[in-house]
Amino acid sequence: MKHIVAAFVCYIISIASAHTQNCEYTLQGNVFDFHDGTPLSAATIYMKALDRYTTTDIDGKFTVTNLCKGALTLTISHIGCESKTVSINVNGNVKQEINLEHHIEDLNEVVINGTVKLNRTSQESVLKTKDIETFSGSSLGQALKQISGVSTINTGNNIVKPIINGLHSSRVVIITNNVRLQDQDWGIEHAPNVDINTANTIHVIKGANALAYGGDAIGGAVVLKPKTLKLADTLLGKTIIGGQSNGKAYHINTALTKTWKKGWYIKAQASTKQNGDFKAADYQLTNTASKSFGANLDVGFHNFEKGFNVNYSIVNNEIGILRAAHIGNVENLVSAINSRQPLFIRDFSYNINAPKQDIKHQILKAHFYKRFKQFGKLDLQYNFQDNQRFEFDIRVGDDRDLPVVDLKLKTHTFKSNLKIDANRNAVFKFGTLVSWQNNFPNPETRVRRLIPDYDKYDAGVYGISNLKLNASTNLDLALRYDFTKIDAKKFYLKSRWAERNYDADFSDIIIDDIGSQFLVNPVFNYHNVSLSAGISYQINTSSSWLFNYGLSNRAPNPAELFSDGLHVSAARIELGDLRIEQEHSNRVAATYQFNNEKLALQIEGFANHINNFINIEPSGTEQTIRGAFPVWSYIKTDAFLYGIDVNASYQLNNTWNVNNKSSFIQGRDLEKKDALIDIPAIKTVNTISYTNKKWLNFNAALQSEWVFKQNNYPNNNFTTLIPRTQQTVLVDVSSTPPAYHLMHFNSSIDLKLSHKNTLNVGLNITNMFNTAYRENLNRLRFFADDLGRNIQLQIKLNY
Amino acid sequence: MKLLKNSLIAFTTVLTLTSCSDDDNTPSVINEEEVITTLTATLTPVGGGETITLQSRDLDGDSGPNPPVMTISGNLTASTVYNGSIELLNETEMPAESISEEVKEEDEDHQFFFSSTSNLVTFSYSDEDMDGNPLGLEFTLTTSQAGTDVVTFTLRHEPNKDADGVSDGDITNAGGETDISVSFNNVTVQ
Repeated sequence: MKHIVAAFVCYIISIASAHTQNCEYTLQGNVFDFHDGTPLSAATIYMKALDRYTTTDIDGKFTVTNLCKGALTLTISHIGCESKTVSINVNGNVKQEINLEHHIEDLNEVVINGTVKLNRTSQESVLKTKDIETFSGSSLGQALKQISGVSTINTGNNIVKPIINGLHSSRVVIITNNVRLQDQDWGIEHAPNVDINTANTIHVIKGANALAYGGDAIGGAVVLKPKTLKLADTLLGKTIIGGQSNGKAYHINTALTKTWKKGWYIKAQASTKQNGDFKAADYQLTNTASKSFGANLDVGFHNFEKGFNVNYSIVNNEIGILRAAHIGNVENLVSAINSRQPLFIRDFSYNINAPKQDIKHQILKAHFYKRFKQFGKLDLQYNFQDNQRFEFDIRVGDDRDLPVVDLKLKTHTFKSNLKIDANRNAVFKFGTLVSWQNNFPNPETRVRRLIPDYDKYDAGVYGISNLKLNASTNLDLALRYDFTKIDAKKFYLKSRWAERNYDADFSDIIIDDIGSQFLVNPVFNYHNVSLSAGISYQINTSSSWLFNYGLSNRAPNPAELFSDGLHVSAARIELGDLRIEQEHSNRVAATYQFNNEKLALQIEGFANHINNFINIEPSGTEQTIRGAFPVWSYIKTDAFLYGIDVNASYQLNNTWNVNNKSSFIQGRDLEKKDALIDIPAIKTVNTISYTNKKWLNFNAALQSEWVFKQNNYPNNNFTTLIPRTQQTVLVDVSSTPPAYHLMHFNSSIDLKLSHKNTLNVGLNITNMFNTAYRENLNRLRFFADDLGRNIQLQIKLNY
Repeated sequence: MKLLKNSLIAFTTVLTLTSCSDDDNTPSVINEEEVITTLTATLTPVGGGETITLQSRDLDGDSGPNPPVMTISGNLTASTVYNGSIELLNETEMPAESISEEVKEEDEDHQFFFSSTSNLVTFSYSDEDMDGNPLGLEFTLTTSQAGTDVVTFTLRHEPNKDADGVSDGDITNAGGETDISVSFNNVTVQ
């Protein structure tokens, strides 16, 4: 297939001379752009065996004369193209057509750490490999915090979820290896099931402007991309080993990649990490140990024109939850909040006891693509995901070792994408998606199901156009339609059914009556239209701006519809509502970017109005045999979020650099005229760094992280009667912790072991001064301080 | 196009293999075995007389909206010693399951605490766990003079029984989680 055309033009009658070599043949060639078929002038053709050069003329033609019979290898190169090597067999005069790949952005994306690529019109930031590797032993959420405007909502230190511009969970989609992650993303205590070590780059797109990935990403999208492989005969390896003082943690990651020049490749990666109980500044955080394992196997064939791959990946996380956070009722919650220290502290241990989570996520993916000359590229992809989630609680008797949550979520997705890029100034993409998902809560838990049995069907179509209006202006438009159907079977206690007043609206969905419970079959259909429009403009060589608008809709998730019952560990009763409808978000955003030799400045602003914003808030208390519990109900409201993210970097001289990353965000509940809950506080991170390439590529950075007190929060405090003492006490679940300031340090050097092997040694100290602090967006802040000092030593070997 | 064909065959195979999973069956109803719906404290006067029961009963469990129903069978007699025993039931099951048995089996991990706001009644433990610490399924209640009082029964799971005062029945330093916390508001002593 490498020889595209090898045709004889004419047959030269030679003088019969068997022992004389004939060196009178001529090669006539044409060089074209693969995408739009235009002839490429001034392309260089190099014949190494002959040490001869030639170039193409204005029509992309070239001629080589006086060729001998036999094999001939040509290397063709052109500005802005991947060089291509073609072997031909000279057996007479030959004509050869060569297609060069002019658009190489698919193969080699130019990325700038943490800054927007302004040839796009969305607010996209990128984390490069080096930044990701620093977090090899950490989590996706921790790594994403490097991007201004991205923060995290945590349950302890191992369950870390990204927040993009104030929104998280179901409002942020996570794409790994071009697969949309389908796990129980609705819960704050459900961390994304990805191994950060599989990513070569991580892209964050703020707002719903990445419609190819889904129309419901009201907050944004996180896209983990694997490394693009080269067409060469190579075997590459990378190993990272690290250890941490806090939690006596260690992590190992190894990746091996074998590629063949013809296009075949095999890639294998595995990582494991473990930590024991973490330590806050002053005490042990008992039962915060965790264990993780991840592996990825990728086999396939690729070249510029076509390729396929089959990929299997598995992530398994076993995570202990702070023992002191497990409480029994409101009275225990009050004593936990009022106690300065956790009420349960033991010596350090690697043991993971209940309460804990054990989650296994597997993805099997098959992908095929083909490029068509002067047309574009077709992608077809199927993936199957299997998410098994266990949660273990402190139980008694025969049920002691049974999980309280045992959910199996299986998702099949088939998607296609057609990219028409023959005209570089007007690229069009069209795609379709169909997906089927089944959730199975195992009744063997012997506790009422938190999330019911359901089937979910999705179908979507989209069209995207990327127009280059002129050298400095890009215009992107995108439209998407999604249909979602949820078909669930759920048991309701008759008393709850009556209390929710469901008989009025839903009496027709009752399919069985079992003593104290109804079995019901709710079926919901949602039609979602999403729209995205953006424009970017290069004012001059140093400054540019972009402006975009996104309309998106999100169907309610199973927790928002179906939650019904007591979360003992959170000491609250959570109630979903079958009447909840889709969220509608209208978001506008603008970015200004300035770059010169010294200064890189980026200012991003956004405003997001969300109709029908689904929010959980307190709605009273219910009395049980365990005592009183506050009831939190999912309700709809209208929300408005706005904010500014700043990223500024100034190069003082060859070696010194200062950087500032700040973000400011406000969230308002428009109906209640109050602040929204769980909005990140103002944060500013300042870094001074020193780099000297001559000293083994030495670099060191000192970082100051300042998080303000969140003064804008809804007051959800309530009072409760403690029956034992007959006293009414305040349950302060709202007041936010004070501001905190942390200092971090990191440094690394590169040791060249041989021509090919480099050893990178990195030292990373977080919370240098062992400051005791609590973060508002850590769910366990009521019970314990956040992490104390941590010293991490990591080595990386490339071979 | 051979590649395309092969790939499509591969897709179809994978799709067929993975789709052959369970069809939508009607989910089975779950009988919760750990739910405590009912606490009954039976008080028998040592010298003979009327046996009094205090009961808290919440038939829709701790996930249901209905509050527990509290019943007191009668008035206590002043200056009397009662032998008390506690029975815990899960009445969402048929027949009702005794949870007291499970508490007894894991007696080191459980302890009842008793309190009264006006101190018209006082409590002491009559039973022990395997380590010789109090459990509280069996107790004695002693009344003093006449009046009304609020009596609270609290069951803690995994309390720290070695903490200061805990084995004397003081809940202050007990820790652990509350499995039961019920208060009887109008306990009359006459």
